Amino acid sequence: MNTETSTGRFGRFGGRYVPETLVPALMELEAAYMAARADPTFDAEVARVLREFVGRPTTLTPARRLTEAWGGANVWLKREDLAHTGAHKINNTVGQVLLAKRMGKKRIIAETGAGQHGVATATACALFGLPCEVYMGALDVERQALNVFRMRALGAVVRPVESGSRTLKDAMNEAMRTWVSQVSDTHYVIGSAAGPHPYPSVVRDFQSIIGKELRTQAMAAFGQLPDAIVACVGGGSNAIGVLHPFIGDASVRLIGVEAGGHGLDSGQHGASLTLGTEGVLHGSRSLVLQDADGQIQEAHSISAGLDYPGVGPELAHLAKIGRMEVRTATDDEALASFYEVARMEGILPALETSHAFARGRELARELGAGKYLVINCSGRGDKDVATISARGVPPAVGVKA
Amino acid sequence: MSGEIAKAFARAKARGEGALVAYGMAGDPDLARSVDVFTAMVEGGADIIEVGVAFSDPIADGPVIQGASERALKAGSTLKRVLDEVVPEVHRRCPETPLVIMTYVNVIMAMGEERFAKLARERGVSGAILPDLPPEESEALRATFDAAGVDLIPLCAPTTPRARAEAIAKDGRGFVYCVSVAGVTGMRAELPPDLSQRLDLVRKASPVPVVAGFGISSAEQARTLSAHADGVVVGSALVRAAHSDGPQAVKALCADIKRGLKR
Repeated sequence: MNTETSTGRFGRFGGRYVPETLVPALMELEAAYMAARADPTFDAEVARVLREFVGRPTTLTPARRLTEAWGGANVWLKREDLAHTGAHKINNTVGQVLLAKRMGKKRIIAETGAGQHGVATATACALFGLPCEVYMGALDVERQALNVFRMRALGAVVRPVESGSRTLKDAMNEAMRTWVSQVSDTHYVIGSAAGPHPYPSVVRDFQSIIGKELRTQAMAAFGQLPDAIVACVGGGSNAIGVLHPFIGDASVRLIGVEAGGHGLDSGQHGASLTLGTEGVLHGSRSLVLQDADGQIQEAHSISAGLDYPGVGPELAHLAKIGRMEVRTATDDEALASFYEVARMEGILPALETSHAFARGRELARELGAGKYLVINCSGRGDKDVATISARGVPPAVGVKA
Repeated sequence: MSGEIAKAFARAKARGEGALVAYGMAGDPDLARSVDVFTAMVEGGADIIEVGVAFSDPIADGPVIQGASERALKAGSTLKRVLDEVVPEVHRRCPETPLVIMTYVNVIMAMGEERFAKLARERGVSGAILPDLPPEESEALRATFDAAGVDLIPLCAPTTPRARAEAIAKDGRGFVYCVSVAGVTGMRAELPPDLSQRLDLVRKASPVPVVAGFGISSAEQARTLSAHADGVVVGSALVRAAHSDGPQAVKALCADIKRGLKR
């Protein structure tokens, strides 16, 4: 079930709010993408790379100890953390870099927040032999040193962005500015299901592999579609990827969890769906965190990947029409969930993913026994260990200090 | 249509000059002193003033205007305050000079499109330039602006295909803003060699004057372009001059570029 119009609108949201210089490139991208989708050899090549290189399908894992501890629905995990490079981001970058090659583009630029999209883009560029430049907020460069190293090791040039809040929003501004100057031979790989049309649709389609696999795996594993699926939402690429294939299934509750940061009342959060208002940011009309004068506000989250004052237009639409339920989790709740999942299931989830887990407990209880809850494990937490360990590691269970 | 913009171009033409459209950032260094900068532009010979309204995420702007945006926001600049405190005062001091607001679409949306158009017109604004609003997204807003008598000035880029450029030009309001380089605002040592042909093409299709902007900072560049355009826009060079040397430097630079625009 597709909800967008041919002009890239999802209800009131979406569109193409960019400098005229970029419009022809977006039209070219749209045409090239439609042609690629209609060409079975393209699909086959994407599928081959996802299978051989990325390691898809990723598994659907029962979370037996969490299920028991939470005392409600059966909890299952869709394991995007097991995809190559450690997050769902690679699904989209493989697709877009193949598309860029098909379009004859000579180089790739990207923006990144937590660094996962940057690493995934650098990886796809290394695999297919294209030069790659990644724009990253200077603050994120500091807090995601491991991913900065990975990008550089993969041959990408990392460009720290010093303007504004020195985070993802500013990295995206800088990538767009660069793209305006180099649009003839450069493809901009946007990592979120955000940005100007056709990016929200392109990213969604490449990420929908998550939800498509989940459909098949759920039927095989527990003989029905999940009763509820929960995913964290920053820009929203993992959420739209896992949720989109279920939009038409009324029995499946779709839940997005945003960054509550220091709390919704603190003014320091990343909850665009919950507290944002209609506006235009980075080329599309969506829900954004802004002041009364239309200035975009700085978001805050302990996870760099959710530290973004906007959200993809399709998720804004799904939230607005009530198809997706929206909740939030604070930094502290995400941290607590990180340790809970680590110690109960042997998985270090990314801090982004930890937000989804933080609401998992109450969702499992709300659903009750006999129901099936799937949590999308968007990525692994290795990149976050410096941030997390700096706060002190709680003592191991059952071990006396 | 506002009419004031057409008159300003006609006056320049009657004097045998290309028009100078001068851009400044309202609120840099603060709202009151930016009025002096705009006034200095007119004293230096500017024919039309582009009043920049700061936005937190200026994706079409290079480092000079981006920096001015940050300073203006810190100084408390908002669209409402620019319309209340800057526009009426510039209009009072320079009643002949059309004022055009340049900002990003989110700033206009936040105020409300109709409210902006009405307020802008009342305070003496003749037009608006929104660099992140391409034709596909501008229809409703243009109708609102038309009804209020504010020209929504369209932009044409070096990457715009011929037929699209002609369509943009045909439907122009106020003037057509031809972006000279594929890139963001900012001074350039060299302009693309095919710029004059593109200007000729757009000018042929357009019922309103055509100006070249982005990257223009010298009398020499202005002289070269004025054979193919009705005027030029100068932005970053003026913003930089205002920031480092104040209104007198702005006046001198405008006068210098005006010399280049003499035919």
